[in-house]
Amino acid sequence: MRRAFPRIWPNVWVRDDEGGRLDMSQRVALFVTCMVDQLFPKIGLAMVEVLERLGFRIDFPEAQTCCGQPAFNSGYPEEARAVARHFLDVFEASEAIVVPSGSCTAMIIHHFAELFEKDPTALARVKQLSERVWEFSQFLTVVAGAGDVGAHLEDVATFHDGCHALRELGIQSAARRLLRHVRGLELREMEPAGECCGFGGTFSVKFAELSGAMARTKIEAIVRTGANIVVSLDPSCLMQIQGVLSRAGLKIRGLHLAEVLASR
Amino acid sequence: MAGAFERKIHETLADTRLQQAVYTATGRLKDSRLAVIAPHVLPDYQELRAHAHLLKRHTVDHLDHYLEKFQRNVESRGGQVVFCNDGAEVTDFVLALAKKRGARLIVKSKSMTTEEVDLNEHLEHHGLESVETDLGEYILQLAHERPYHIVAPALHKTRYDVAEILTRRLNAPHETKIEKQTAIARAVLRQKFLAADIGISGANFLVADSGAVVLVENEGNARLATTLPKIHIVVAGIEKVIPRAQDLAVFLKLLARSATGQLLSVYTSFLSGPRRAGEIDGPDEFYVLLLDNGRTKLLPDSAKRQSLYCIRCGACLNACPVYRKIGGHSFPWVYSGPIGAILTPQFMGVSREPSLPFASSLCGACAEVCPVKIDIPRVLVELRADVHQSEARQKRNRLEKLAFRLFRWLMQHPRAYEWAGRLAASLANSADGGWMRRVPVLLNVGPVRAWLSQRDLPPPPSRSFRQLWRQR
Repeated sequence: MRRAFPRIWPNVWVRDDEGGRLDMSQRVALFVTCMVDQLFPKIGLAMVEVLERLGFRIDFPEAQTCCGQPAFNSGYPEEARAVARHFLDVFEASEAIVVPSGSCTAMIIHHFAELFEKDPTALARVKQLSERVWEFSQFLTVVAGAGDVGAHLEDVATFHDGCHALRELGIQSAARRLLRHVRGLELREMEPAGECCGFGGTFSVKFAELSGAMARTKIEAIVRTGANIVVSLDPSCLMQIQGVLSRAGLKIRGLHLAEVLASR
Repeated sequence: MAGAFERKIHETLADTRLQQAVYTATGRLKDSRLAVIAPHVLPDYQELRAHAHLLKRHTVDHLDHYLEKFQRNVESRGGQVVFCNDGAEVTDFVLALAKKRGARLIVKSKSMTTEEVDLNEHLEHHGLESVETDLGEYILQLAHERPYHIVAPALHKTRYDVAEILTRRLNAPHETKIEKQTAIARAVLRQKFLAADIGISGANFLVADSGAVVLVENEGNARLATTLPKIHIVVAGIEKVIPRAQDLAVFLKLLARSATGQLLSVYTSFLSGPRRAGEIDGPDEFYVLLLDNGRTKLLPDSAKRQSLYCIRCGACLNACPVYRKIGGHSFPWVYSGPIGAILTPQFMGVSREPSLPFASSLCGACAEVCPVKIDIPRVLVELRADVHQSEARQKRNRLEKLAFRLFRWLMQHPRAYEWAGRLAASLANSADGGWMRRVPVLLNVGPVRAWLSQRDLPPPPSRSFRQLWRQR
């Protein structure tokens, strides 16, 4: 066992090759998001598979629904606050909450605070909770210290940076590092990787033609790489990208990072 | 979706040549910016942004103080400051002055603020000739168009378009070489500079502690316009004031880099007051018109107030995937792109174009490049709420409001949420490929139809995650 970083405090170290994790509970609560629950359950299952492989014990608080982002982004703060409160109630007792979406994670850890700006009691709860909420790839790299999670997939993939994962959570190279450790997988960068796919929640239907045009520009970037798989941290980007790929009759598959890492 | 805004978006998206021109031009500006803010070129870029943000925050929080200070310092140097509530007051002042001095010809340097109040149109309506002297602005004036972009007004025009405009409007020979086109415009404009009675400029910064007006440009036309005519009138938004001359060290460094990818613009002029005894050039009269035009309405709200920090660099336009698709002329007012999407509803009222704040995927590219760190997505989200409030008063868009009330209730009641999800999935039927088409009822729901107009929907899974979890 090679330690890439000197031992600073007992039992905590950072390694690049296999899971030396931070000292914290092995119990992890999943917030699968409403979209994964209702439309992409296989992403949730893949996340469970990867986390269990790394030795975590999974809880799924069944009262969970949504983080409220659809209402917040659409300009309905009252509705968003009510749903956010429900989220706080459901996950208050969880020690670590893992989310398969950069966008929902950003909603909880950045925008909940905006929603409750004028409510100090709720704001204190938000602060407490948001420190325990992790986007899936960030949880793997930061908490689990993972690089190689034992995945194997013979294929060519490209990575799409979701806007909120990239710009609100600052996730860029860690997610790619996880992909580079997948045996058999070749990762090719698309240019530009960080430009929006055009989803944007209700934007995708209010300005459907514009949203579709943005997606088609994204698709061109994906096609130029020659990859067969486009990987993202966000189910919503995948729904948009996959929908346009499918409409264009292209055989490129959209996969969540968890699905790639679950393959073996 | 039948409004003028939506129609223009549709037209622009259908124009492949325009699409390509705008995408390429903004891409070039975007890349130029990236090259000069790179960590090995400007290690303290992020610190400068933070610094600029704090300076703007302080100044806008104490706008009255700094405006009065600026006014005192301009007046102590023999200039005059006039506060204008709206565009009409600007026009009236210029017209009255022109009449008193018998002025006929006005030369203008590029200014978004004068575009904001349609100054040229009003002056020409009253028989004055007002000539734009920035090359891009001059081309657009000849073509009778609004600026397409805050910094690069004729960004959408190719040199072939320009050749056509110069030939048609000036009877000039058909030249497609940019140097030759510039020479044609220059020959006309030199005569205008020499004959002009009044020069009108905007301002990039108003320096409170010295009473100086700072102008940044690349063509030198602003220098001619502000020094040759006997009268110089500055038209500037009240938010242009900065506390001290030393703050320019922060702002000038950020402005040119963010706007065009230059380290510094070619000309930076500091103009304070009329020509004094012993000086060889400069105007005899110097006026600064400070325009409100809706700006003070933003002051009470701490989140929205940051819209006034904007230094008009245009970086957010070049970064914006929406602007790069729909271009500048789709926007309902002179300010386009992300900054236009937050300034227009606030200056002109949300009803000017209620759907404007919604024309964003909230991707955050604008906030990432903004040199003064305006959180544009946040302001957009707040403006969306403002639109809903005004719609609620007019009892409009009630179905959507009802839908979000239902959303709120469902998301607080997990069992109902689960039941509703399964109901929708079973309605949709899990046949593969084109499943949605087999359910005409669902197809006719507006959002579903809009989605399917552009892309396919994923086939609904036979079980939700929570059902699968229970079966484990």
